[in-house]
Amino acid sequence: MTAQIILNNNTPFQQVDVDTITLDIIENALRNAREEMDATLFRTAMSPGIREQGDAFPLIAEREGKMIVGQFGSFIDGFLKAYNGTIEEGDVFWLSDPYACDGAVSHNNDWLIIRPIFKNGRLVSWASMFGHQTDIGGKVPGSMPTDATSVFEEGIRIPPVKLYKKDILQEDLLNLVLHQVRMPEWCRADLYAIIASCRVAEKRILEICDRFGENEYISATDYLLARNKRAMGHLINNAVGEEKVYFEDFVCDDGRGFGPYKLKCTMWREGEKVILDFNGTDPQAAGSINFYLNENMLKMFFGIYMIMVFDPQVLINDGFYDLVDVRIPKGSLLKPNFPAALSCRTHALGRIFDLLGALLGKKQPEFMCAAGFSSSPHLMFSGTDKKTGEWFQLFQIGFGGIPGRPFGDGADGHSLWPGFTNVPNEFLERYFPMRITHYTSLADSGGAGFYRGGNGILMTYEFLNSGVISIHDDRWYTHPWGVNGGEPGARSRKILRRKDGSKTVLPAKCDGVEVFTGDQLDYITWGGGGWGNPLERDSELIALEVKQGLVTAAGAFENYGVKVENDYSVNQKETQMRRVEMAKNRPEGIFNFGPDMQSLRENCLSDTGLEAPTPPRWS
Amino acid sequence: MPYRLGVDVGGTFTDLLLIEENTGETWRNKVPSTPHDPSIAVINGTKSICEKANISATDIQQFLHGTTVATNAVLEGKGAKTGLVVTKGYRQILQVARSLVPGGLAAWITWPKPAPLAALECTVEIDERLSADGDIITPINEQQTRSALERLKLENIEALTICLMNSYVNGLHEIKVAEIAREIFPNIPVSISHEILPEMQEYERALTTVANSLVRPVMAKYISNLRLKLRELGMKGRINLLRSDGGLIGSEKAEITPVNLLMSGPAGGVTGALWVAENTNIKNILTLDVGGTSTDVALIEKGEPLLRRETSVGHLTVRASSLDVKTVGAGGGSIAHVPELTGALRVGPESAGAVPGPACYSKGGKLPTVTDAHVVLGNLPESLLGGSFHLDQEAAKEAIKTIADALNVTIEEAAQGIIHIANENMYGALRLVSVQQGYDPRDFALMGFGGAGSLHSNAVGKLMGSYPVIVPVSPGVLCAVGDATTQMRYEHARSFNRTISKTDNKEITHLLHEMREVVMTDLEEEGIPREKQTIKFEAGVRYRGQGFEVDIPLNDQNFKDDTGLDILKADFDKEHNRLFTFNLDVEHEIVNLRAVAIAQGAKMPAIVIPKGDGNPDQAILRKHTMWIEGQSLPAAIYDRSKLESGDKIPGPCVIVEMDSTAVILPDHIGTVDRCGNILINPTL
Repeated sequence: MTAQIILNNNTPFQQVDVDTITLDIIENALRNAREEMDATLFRTAMSPGIREQGDAFPLIAEREGKMIVGQFGSFIDGFLKAYNGTIEEGDVFWLSDPYACDGAVSHNNDWLIIRPIFKNGRLVSWASMFGHQTDIGGKVPGSMPTDATSVFEEGIRIPPVKLYKKDILQEDLLNLVLHQVRMPEWCRADLYAIIASCRVAEKRILEICDRFGENEYISATDYLLARNKRAMGHLINNAVGEEKVYFEDFVCDDGRGFGPYKLKCTMWREGEKVILDFNGTDPQAAGSINFYLNENMLKMFFGIYMIMVFDPQVLINDGFYDLVDVRIPKGSLLKPNFPAALSCRTHALGRIFDLLGALLGKKQPEFMCAAGFSSSPHLMFSGTDKKTGEWFQLFQIGFGGIPGRPFGDGADGHSLWPGFTNVPNEFLERYFPMRITHYTSLADSGGAGFYRGGNGILMTYEFLNSGVISIHDDRWYTHPWGVNGGEPGARSRKILRRKDGSKTVLPAKCDGVEVFTGDQLDYITWGGGGWGNPLERDSELIALEVKQGLVTAAGAFENYGVKVENDYSVNQKETQMRRVEMAKNRPEGIFNFGPDMQSLRENCLSDTGLEAPTPPRWS
Repeated sequence: MPYRLGVDVGGTFTDLLLIEENTGETWRNKVPSTPHDPSIAVINGTKSICEKANISATDIQQFLHGTTVATNAVLEGKGAKTGLVVTKGYRQILQVARSLVPGGLAAWITWPKPAPLAALECTVEIDERLSADGDIITPINEQQTRSALERLKLENIEALTICLMNSYVNGLHEIKVAEIAREIFPNIPVSISHEILPEMQEYERALTTVANSLVRPVMAKYISNLRLKLRELGMKGRINLLRSDGGLIGSEKAEITPVNLLMSGPAGGVTGALWVAENTNIKNILTLDVGGTSTDVALIEKGEPLLRRETSVGHLTVRASSLDVKTVGAGGGSIAHVPELTGALRVGPESAGAVPGPACYSKGGKLPTVTDAHVVLGNLPESLLGGSFHLDQEAAKEAIKTIADALNVTIEEAAQGIIHIANENMYGALRLVSVQQGYDPRDFALMGFGGAGSLHSNAVGKLMGSYPVIVPVSPGVLCAVGDATTQMRYEHARSFNRTISKTDNKEITHLLHEMREVVMTDLEEEGIPREKQTIKFEAGVRYRGQGFEVDIPLNDQNFKDDTGLDILKADFDKEHNRLFTFNLDVEHEIVNLRAVAIAQGAKMPAIVIPKGDGNPDQAILRKHTMWIEGQSLPAAIYDRSKLESGDKIPGPCVIVEMDSTAVILPDHIGTVDRCGNILINPTL
């Protein structure tokens, strides 16, 4: 089952020499084109999720679909494998079903546009972008039910279809889909914005072909892939050993009361090839936390982590894919069988990054970062505005602590995802019936370390209208781990404070929680893990951070052994005594996960206010 | 006789241009900058240019000044220690910022955690709250405010900023807090967010206002000091500064809102280009200002430069209007290198700067730079600055050889490669201001200036198809030309944030009238009578739900005629389609309204140079050889001062003058216009 590409001109491209300088020019030109794609999207999209927060990803690929510039690696390959139709000049493809594109996108909310680019009747390139739609219909606002057991509960599924044929919009198709969603205006604007971005990329690529010649462009993309393969091969050889190393981490629960779920990856090198084997990962969950992971996407994550850790100068593309072999067991949480629910895959997706960081650091722990803000927690709030009678619906992504790193402290309350930003609170207050009474990073939530983990965020929403909220979060049960002597970061929690003064701890994953005017929600995200021995962190710096409100005086004493006085000076004597005492009981090993699984389970209710999840069972 | 003096303070040189207003006769002067106190160079330069022109400082009616004092304070982290007062719950507004980690996936691994512009220990919360509609939810707790400010006093702050939630709708609370603050801090400047930027988005408003505080003491000191010294010289005329948006502002007002002067320096280049544009009668121009470490580019359409609603300096981006000037780290001092891993040729962003400088400057620099590549190729003859500055060709070759060896090519090929990459970086910056904004560079001329702009402009113009390539008169001091020829301009903006169905033509008419009064009064206070003012209006419009607006010009008469809103809708749809290729069937939202008042000062005439016979041979200094695209070509070196209008100069050649060198490529020809500008076109 493969796609059939229809060419009006069957003349093959000729391999021609492209000098280094032209190559660099073409690479820069493609990078500029990608930046133009982002700029176009942000200026025209409507949903705060895409526009304010940047939940959208561009891509420019060469003629076979390999990414030359972009972020998540190529989505074209998965599409080409799974799509069983013709691809012609003037087509714009639209899809969202992960099962119909080999995981090119990983939940139905991500609408993917793919534009094949033809020049003189020959396919020369692809432009593509996907973006997260705030709502695609289904049983809950936001379309990501935390309790779903099948993909049919998770909003409309779009198989690969031609939204444009011969550059003519198939309006019936678009109308049919938009009829299924709660926010058609946003979906339409965001979709047009994505298409406009792809058209910008197309224009630039055609200009490059005109400027340098088609054969030159095609050959240049080949050389760029080869150049990256060379550089990555060099890195892989140095950074990945032949002996097997493995790491495991967890998604806390599945939204249906079961958990934690284990993700495990083993890494080793055979010759020039690195193998990433997910054998040992738990089977798929009954709930919607499954992550249909595309192997190529994982290769890209791996490649980018390699260069960021070891040599950020290398420009990344898909050229090194042959050097990486990804093995994911079918039926596992990372390769679930149809029709397993997928919508809440963000936690497993995020946790992959912690996993990769740990694996790559095993050989050289000094280059390793602690566990970070490896998810994108969501808040959904919807209802009917009592003043205007209009439907409102918010989908908001939260941020937390960047982990302690070999290069320094983690930032407080920042995003691990590229290009993501928060929504200005004045914007929220103007366009949604809510007031944000606290927006701050939470002292002591970042893991202690020589380099401190970034603090998580405390955001307090006061609701000014009744409505319904959903929450998607994780790391409420397991800790974001510290490394090289650093402590774990604090876990997440959500507290609903009713107007009458009563308090409820909300589960990390929930839907359909009714809220009323005057109720307040404390939305607390988790901190990053610490890096290195906290007893070696400069005591004056800690005193300053107490003054700044980033660390409490109690936290300074407890976690760093530093006694900070009321005037924010350091009590040297007490500090020295405390640090000597603490040094006797330092945890050993590279990783510090905090309490073991059994303690987590036993103390869950008293520590978190929530019952421990039931260990998952599979028949 | 009336004189105007334009002064541009750069990192290396302070450029001055004196103009006799009636005849247009000019005098140029270049003196070394004095970074520890830039006013010294300004005053020295002013004295000596007055001597040159044989006038006294009392003859200068207007002193017009572009300065990088604020820019450098930001870039070098030498701003004031700033206190910040925020609403309860928002102390970490600058710490958390927009949560953005710049760069791609996993960029956070290497991203340095930035320190907030106002330190957290200098940020205090006060107990108060306004709703999104500006209603008081929690009145100011005066006692708590006082004790918070007293606490701040212990931090020895040098400037204070007040930014409260939703103050863009209602400034009352900020004003009250400012009153209390002035009692407690009688001697430090207080900047208030709704006055500096009355717009939604608390982080951007806070940051912009803090940036104002940051540069306020240093700018106030610099400006008042300069004013004092100029007055001591006997200069009684008006002292104006160039704002980032290309307008002028009186020196007293500039002291209070210096955030509007962060890009004062580069703005001078753009306004200088505008003045040249008027004389050449070319309305669409891309500017290319190439300095030692960086290149500034901008776009001028129909005689109007593009404005942005932001100003970026280094990593700091604030919401203050500026000419859309993009900066790339590619200049004469940019260093070429070949990373081992990829074997690719990279140029910049590291720069050899003024010290140690390019290898050919013989100041201790050994690394290969763009300037060295120019020397190798013959683009730069042996001496610069009219013979006072010698270039070491052998040192240049030696430096470029390291690149040639790494790439396994000849020295000339390596030099050509370096220039190609530098050109490509400049091209990338020019694309950002042109193609990325929907403009076709082929509809524009390209004007290169700054010390090295005319070395690159022909090649970059060829890449972009932007003709003619203009080598303006005085390219080395064009920023000072811009300062000297700029008109006074004031702007006033208001948030509106309503859809078109929720307003009517009458309301807009009323608002525009009010705003007109504000800007006209501002200009009047600067001594410009109303009949000498031009007023323009603009609205920021978007489809309801979008996050970014498109600026659409307004004609207030249309609103009086009850057609304004309909025309505005149509104009927006047209512009949106041009920029983004689609329209939506969604209501239009007016985000903000702006009024601009511009003084219609007398235009500065340009000097007309003698007419020649079309043959430039009288200006030939000597025969020369240039290395271009893989071959050695016979060429000539011309002395620009001897060129006459109408002369046609065939490429390849080099044209030298006191402070700049220009290159004309093969298959191109330069034509000298009546004012001495050289317009380069392909010969085909």
